[in-house]
Amino acid sequence: MERNLTHIALFAALIAILGLVPKIDLAGGVPITAQSLGIMLCGTVLGAKRGALAVLLFLALVVLGLPLLSGGRGGLGVFTGPSVGYLVGFPLAAFTAGWVVERTTLPLGIAATAGAVIGGIGVLYLFGIPGMALVLGKSLPEAAFLGMAFLPGDLIKAVLAGLITRGLAQMRPGSVLSRA
Amino acid sequence: MLTLTSPIETPLHRLPAGAKLAALCVTTVALFALTSPLALGTALAVVAALYLANGRAFALQGLRLLRPLWPFVLVVALWHLWTGALADGAATLMRMIAAVAAANLVTLTTRLSDLMAVLERLTAPLARLGLSPRTLSLAVALVIRFVPVLLDRQARLSEAWSARSPRRPGWRLLVPATLATLDDADRVAEALRARGGIG
Repeated sequence: MERNLTHIALFAALIAILGLVPKIDLAGGVPITAQSLGIMLCGTVLGAKRGALAVLLFLALVVLGLPLLSGGRGGLGVFTGPSVGYLVGFPLAAFTAGWVVERTTLPLGIAATAGAVIGGIGVLYLFGIPGMALVLGKSLPEAAFLGMAFLPGDLIKAVLAGLITRGLAQMRPGSVLSRA
Repeated sequence: MLTLTSPIETPLHRLPAGAKLAALCVTTVALFALTSPLALGTALAVVAALYLANGRAFALQGLRLLRPLWPFVLVVALWHLWTGALADGAATLMRMIAAVAAANLVTLTTRLSDLMAVLERLTAPLARLGLSPRTLSLAVALVIRFVPVLLDRQARLSEAWSARSPRRPGWRLLVPATLATLDDADRVAEALRARGGIG
């Protein structure tokens, strides 16, 4: 019980700092913010249930007015803005990513990347794009076109989520709770 | 760590948090039901007036909080200039800015402790599923305490990398950072158990 609570709380904090650390430079100098990588890692490392709860806790703190979203955003305003769909999709994205890692017998790195793609991109866009369509007054295809701007960065993050999850299992077997 | 609550005291600070949140829900639903540019323009003017009524400094603070919206404003504006549906574009922009500004107004004028109390009331029915309000408060406190701790460690990992390599650290630091977070979670869980647990 205590262990579940502290893992959920500390991973919520991890999502927050991944949005606060200004940026991560990829080889080639492309800057991306890592917040959605944090969402993916919650699922692939903690597993479906704990991962989704960590993301919900993170969102609760954003609702409470802490500036924890990337770029120092926070408060209730982000839930009435264009990103609302992505925020709603965050917990389900983490749940799906964790579910894929838990339920498949693929090698961990591949399972985590697949989970991050299905959850952190597929499920997330399923919510994010209609949200953007609603707030920006666009049709779904138009909103999908705008949302594709994030796709290259998110694909890179999904691969990184796989590499990091595998790296954790190599450095400390048993540390990846979704497979423990 | 700072919250987004405004240090400038306004009469809105004294309204009960639950009432402000309910009003915000009604406002947001209404804004998304409205389509006429005139009605949405009026709504935006009312929100702007609420900010301005509390002084210049407060209004400027509100304006700064809208900064993340500007890229979207630019995209929508260009889009509608291109398609020629200018009234639609104006309505969309006014609705978006009014909705976000209204929500920010609640955030700016409501203290963390008051919102926390509302959150505890709303989640009280979850107690039967095993989530006691005390557990939720403890989780929130843990996150607030550990954000600076994790930031500090990230900085130290980054320095340690710079001492060894001329290249930038990049994503590789996230492996030790995540591992250390998992270790912290184990240690904090032990500390909680040693103090009687969260029962």
